[in-house]
Amino acid sequence: MEAIKTVELTKRYKSLIAVNKLNLEIKQGELFSLLGVNGAGKTTTVKMLTCLTKPSSGDAYVGGYSVTKEPNQVKRLIGVSPQETAVAPNLSVEENLKLLCGIYGFSKEKTKARIRELACQFGLDAVLRKKAGKLSGGWQRRVSIAMALIGEPQILFLDEPTIGLDVLARHELWKCIQELKGKATILLTTHYMEEAERLSDRIGIMKNGILLAVGTAEELKRKAGTDDFEAAFVSIVKEAAV
Amino acid sequence: MRMWAFAKRCAKEILRDPINLGFGLGFPIVLLLMLSAMQANIPVNMFQIDELTPGITVFGLSFMTLFSATLIAKDRESALLQRLYTTPLTGVDFILGYMLPVLPIALGQTVICYLFAIPLGLTVNVNLIYAILGMIPVTVLYIALGLLCGSLLNVKQVGGVCGALLTNLSAWLSGVWFDLRLLGGTFSKIARALPFVHAVEMEKALCKGNFTQAATHILPILLYGGGIMVLAVACFLRKKQKT
Repeated sequence: MEAIKTVELTKRYKSLIAVNKLNLEIKQGELFSLLGVNGAGKTTTVKMLTCLTKPSSGDAYVGGYSVTKEPNQVKRLIGVSPQETAVAPNLSVEENLKLLCGIYGFSKEKTKARIRELACQFGLDAVLRKKAGKLSGGWQRRVSIAMALIGEPQILFLDEPTIGLDVLARHELWKCIQELKGKATILLTTHYMEEAERLSDRIGIMKNGILLAVGTAEELKRKAGTDDFEAAFVSIVKEAAV
Repeated sequence: MRMWAFAKRCAKEILRDPINLGFGLGFPIVLLLMLSAMQANIPVNMFQIDELTPGITVFGLSFMTLFSATLIAKDRESALLQRLYTTPLTGVDFILGYMLPVLPIALGQTVICYLFAIPLGLTVNVNLIYAILGMIPVTVLYIALGLLCGSLLNVKQVGGVCGALLTNLSAWLSGVWFDLRLLGGTFSKIARALPFVHAVEMEKALCKGNFTQAATHILPILLYGGGIMVLAVACFLRKKQKT
């Protein structure tokens, strides 16, 4: 069974079609990247898949559950790290993680164990007692992803996880994301070529709400007749008549 | 449990803001001191401590509206609420999570106000306990106003509407600062059609142990509180769906 399957998934905002009849299948355990320039429809797709916004037509199945008919079941399976850093600024890192543990109904013991585990995985030990709002962008993003993982999600959505980070913080975060591969299905949106090529099992290229191409980085390069992934992306996007 | 986790977080956000604490607790106490000093120099019946304290405690609640509205508006503007919308938290969890932490903070503020008024000459008797309990429906009314404003307005607008307009309107229309009859019939009628003056008069009556009179004021408070709460919940849930 696919972890994520969309069927003619569409989102319209008045006259604008943000996502147009998207048909996509993402396998369990896969790290799939949605790549596109600003306004391609990546974030709107994630918002529909995470039940944040209702599709105008079509449907999507996350872990086999319909996002339109069974949003509560979907929410139990997913973890989301939104595009902007989503932490409670006046709470310490530990309190932020505890908040999510409480929301998922963890016992005290499980809360402690989960925080210890994620602090170790993301190197958060040194900042656990610091206020989340006082951390640098890179650290806040790490905390944000750790918060998304608290509920032990089967499917993780990372919306532009490295946007606005400096090169070192970006590389650090890539390392964290690579370590997550195989533990959960990951849908990542990005407009960084290197990020998509380096992290993904498969990549989907979007433009103006339409999915133009899907494949591994190698397949996409072959399709565009080039060895350079950025050149392949530009070629696919420019050739598309949408 | 889910709701309590969220409520705890909301309480921490409110209590860790020094401006909230300063205004919420400090301002009503400063007013008590100032008006008591004025009363000592130029005696005015309505500024006698037994008359003044119930009004100041009700006025202090307008800061609870400001706190809850600011928290909700800030959350709506941040990605945190988006993240929480993707968790198993339900609409009811959100509403109660925002409301419940403000209730003990508001009652704490009321108790501190009454305690502070004792050395200034406030009559101490068992009626004070009834007066404090009587603040519960009034607090719900002010929290509902906060939930409504926080759901509809952005952070900047909340500052203007709740921080300036509502605090002033609820004060002028409550008869704390001046006798409403001084401004004539129309003003008095408008004030009496709104819940603020009823809240103050109910508190004054409870402090005096006049329960029959207090009961005549409870209905507008409950009606406004209930009505605004229903409207606020509807607005919040509608905004949540529109995210």
